[in-house]
Amino acid sequence: MNQIIQLSATELAAKLRAGEITSVQAVQAHLDRIAEVDGGERGVHAFLHVNTEEALAVAAEVDAIRAAGGADAQALHPFAGVPIAVKDLIVTKGQPTTAASKMLEGWMSPYDATVIEKIRAAKLPMLGKTNLDEFAMGSSTEHSAYGPTRNPWDLDRIPGGSGGGSAAAVAAFEAPLALGTDTGGSIRQPGAVTGTVGVKPTYGGVSRYGAIAMASSLDQIGPVTRTVLDSAYLHELIGGHDPADSTSLNEPVPALVAAAEQGASGDMTGVRVGVIKELQGEGYEAGVQERFNESLEALRAAGAEIVEVSCPNFKYALGAYYLIMPSEVSSNLAKFDGVRFGTRVLPTQGPLTIERVMGATRAAGFGDEVKRRIILGTYALSAGYYDAYYGSAQKVRTLIQRDFDAAFEQADVLISPTSPTVAFELGSKTDDPLAMYLNDVATIPANMAGIPGITVPGGLSEGLPVGIQFLAPAREDARLYRAGAALEKLLEDKWGGRLLDQAPELSAATTGGVA
Amino acid sequence: MAMHQEELVDFDVALEKYDPVLGFEVHVELNTKTKMFSSAPNVFGDTPNTNVTPVCLGLPGVLPVVNKTAVEYAIMIGLALNCKIAERCGFARKNYFYPDTPKNFQTSQYDDPIAYDGWIDIELSDGEVFRVEIERAHMEEDAGKLTHMGGSTGRIQGADYSLVDYNRSGVPLVEIVTKTIEGAGKRAPELAKAYVAAIREIVKALDVSDAKMERGNVRCDANVSLMLKGAEKFGTRTETKNVNSLRAVEHAVRFEIERHAAVLNSGAAIVQETRHWHEDTRTTTSGRPKSDADDYRYFPEPDLVPVITTVEWIEELRSRLPEPPAERRKRLQADWGYSDAEFRDVVNAGVTEAIEETIAAGTTAAVARKWWMGEIARLAKNADKDVADLGVTSATIVELNSLIESKKINDKIARQVLEFVVAGEGTPSEVVEKRSLAVVNDDSALGAAIDAAMEAMPDVVAKVKGGKLQAIGALMGPVMKATRGQADAGRVRELVLEKLGIEG
Repeated sequence: MNQIIQLSATELAAKLRAGEITSVQAVQAHLDRIAEVDGGERGVHAFLHVNTEEALAVAAEVDAIRAAGGADAQALHPFAGVPIAVKDLIVTKGQPTTAASKMLEGWMSPYDATVIEKIRAAKLPMLGKTNLDEFAMGSSTEHSAYGPTRNPWDLDRIPGGSGGGSAAAVAAFEAPLALGTDTGGSIRQPGAVTGTVGVKPTYGGVSRYGAIAMASSLDQIGPVTRTVLDSAYLHELIGGHDPADSTSLNEPVPALVAAAEQGASGDMTGVRVGVIKELQGEGYEAGVQERFNESLEALRAAGAEIVEVSCPNFKYALGAYYLIMPSEVSSNLAKFDGVRFGTRVLPTQGPLTIERVMGATRAAGFGDEVKRRIILGTYALSAGYYDAYYGSAQKVRTLIQRDFDAAFEQADVLISPTSPTVAFELGSKTDDPLAMYLNDVATIPANMAGIPGITVPGGLSEGLPVGIQFLAPAREDARLYRAGAALEKLLEDKWGGRLLDQAPELSAATTGGVA
Repeated sequence: MAMHQEELVDFDVALEKYDPVLGFEVHVELNTKTKMFSSAPNVFGDTPNTNVTPVCLGLPGVLPVVNKTAVEYAIMIGLALNCKIAERCGFARKNYFYPDTPKNFQTSQYDDPIAYDGWIDIELSDGEVFRVEIERAHMEEDAGKLTHMGGSTGRIQGADYSLVDYNRSGVPLVEIVTKTIEGAGKRAPELAKAYVAAIREIVKALDVSDAKMERGNVRCDANVSLMLKGAEKFGTRTETKNVNSLRAVEHAVRFEIERHAAVLNSGAAIVQETRHWHEDTRTTTSGRPKSDADDYRYFPEPDLVPVITTVEWIEELRSRLPEPPAERRKRLQADWGYSDAEFRDVVNAGVTEAIEETIAAGTTAAVARKWWMGEIARLAKNADKDVADLGVTSATIVELNSLIESKKINDKIARQVLEFVVAGEGTPSEVVEKRSLAVVNDDSALGAAIDAAMEAMPDVVAKVKGGKLQAIGALMGPVMKATRGQADAGRVRELVLEKLGIEG
């Protein structure tokens, strides 16, 4: 494997600044890796679109600025020239945005998401757009209209979802950085099952403008990386107030890089870590529970005070989530009707009325999981059912927030397994939506309460990655970076290196790609 | 489409048996620089689909941001209508599929209005004051404009295709909803017109709307039901949509009362439905059935945070309010020196603002009243239009008046000029120029006409010479004929006397 792609984003950025390698070399190395492992018959299929020309052009521009030196070079963002992959739910000028749906096949956004404007301003070359479950609805990336992504640890297994493409791209060394979105765990659960790091920021911490809305009150854009420090840098880059997003927090981004650097000492003295009683035990695989317990031991040994907290209303979280999320989905996805943009399908027989064209378009353009949630949400919002479903679910949401409030009285951060299981086999749960929904049982409460969460690699169970999740109070994202970086350091010391170093070697030979 | 001829009962007969109950929803388009939730310009009449951003086109990924000025305007409307202002209010999504609504939901305040529980006193033509209770005034966004091509009705049913202009999509609206209005009796149509006129007057005075009904800046949905006199329970209502002139509001309410009475008299039931108003036939026809089961699946708009109003903010806005209409009318009457009857006529004719503007633009109060209550009112009546819809502005009157004062035209010609202005031939000066209507002041041309007349009528000349100056009148006819009526009568008299060496 090319050494450049092995580097973390922070390491790569340092080498770019030192002039040891150029950004063009770095981008080309990742493009080569994508060609090698992504597109073949058994390829990872993390990417829906590869942005070769533009990525190389931006890299060349950064190289030219660096070569010229002076104030312009000094003013470059620390990550300038470090390539990044973007979940295809986030709109980009000059590249297609599909949301992994037939509905948007061939659609080009005339505007950039706010996070993309920031990525462009900082001159991070965009490698392309990554795969996801259609409109971010799923936990396995199998609901993509363009075929599933494979888990780099085992190509017959799912990479998690909905952001399986971004997580797999980072895990397979196709990109050092990626952007994801997390509505109920779509950054963290793929991070857990691919042995990578993913962060869902505090709701409002990162602008949602330009992220195709799934459930507006739950969605957040966040970083997907291989190290906690890399996530901190990316989070600081994309975070902050955006006047185009009314729900974005009007306050500066916390000092996340500093928190990650502090955590990297491995010292957890004085930090109270709350173990959520309800997020373990039944439903959690034994191997997952074992790695979780080992993480607790490592933190305790590093000086953390481990306490048990109870969040009794979490048992209602999944049910309430599957009312609120589909309700918002049913409204957010109403705009996909074939009238103004995207796919338009005409009925094959009968009159061409607007209703029938809209109906035919939506019938053909949406996949089953999307339709399932639209129907569920339409029902939940209907007159006569609203109070019982949407109304009750909102009350549960308040109860979950109160549970967190009480828990954070006792602990600075909370901890749980990120996902109850390791990556399952492709196709094993596609016929059982409820089993699929259970993958998010540990991640959903954070979205319901608007609080931030991080997943860091916690080791392997039967050769597959296990994720450990930290949660912090709203606006206290820095605590996640301190705790996450500490656990990363403690476990890597124990393993003698990164978890991803234990992943099987991918090559053109194993994936059917281009050598 | 075959029009079903509605059975009607004579209005007065209907009102002997039934009491009408009214309710109005008036939509006011605000004249903010930008739209309700996007930075797109809020401008009427531009090339279709040019005043749009990704937000008001509802493209994937976009988010709304509330226009603070629109909120301020809504609060000012609420204050002017004596409403309470909510300390905290929010937006909801009204979900329905229709191509003029790019998101397929409308963002509206639904059950969480910024202003509620107000009232407004409506002065009727005889000076009687009728209080209308306001239930709420809430903010929402306008839809795009659909134009249905082909088909005979101009409606979406039967059209070959439809064009949509999203320039209007997202334009800020305030919807003012009354409580049910009882007790208007025979004056219901008049009250309806006066109520909408009052709302228009208020939003214009607040300068929060261009308030042009013909452009749809102010649109009225009129709810009408009848109940037997003495009954306790309201009858079934119909809602006549988008009635877009003051006269139409009056006529629509009158028509629905007459129609309801006929239906009820026949023993049938009123269908709860929306009705379409047809200005040409002055009738309504059935729209779609509207039941309380219409399901818009309202839920709180998750992309917006609540609007929080502080006492300081509200008071600052209150201080910006213009004087209340009643006080203003009192002041204007005193300033203008009109009698009570004269002033009431002016108010009833709906030309108070027009007169005020005309005076501000430089005419006397008497001249302004002469035109607006005289010739313009006559032209409006002949054309069966509202005065406001004639296209006459204060500038027209000022220009006409200065043409008269500079003796370029006389009063009689001025009235002709006005007719041509109304007919769309241009400004008064342009009309005078184009149609060569200027009074003949050229003494040589006039002198020639007078010489010819005097030569043709030696007996008249002799009478004038003999001291019977009033005989000059007989010369006027031929002179006017020769000058096509454009001679100034005073000047003709002067010239005749001059020619005969008589001191005038």
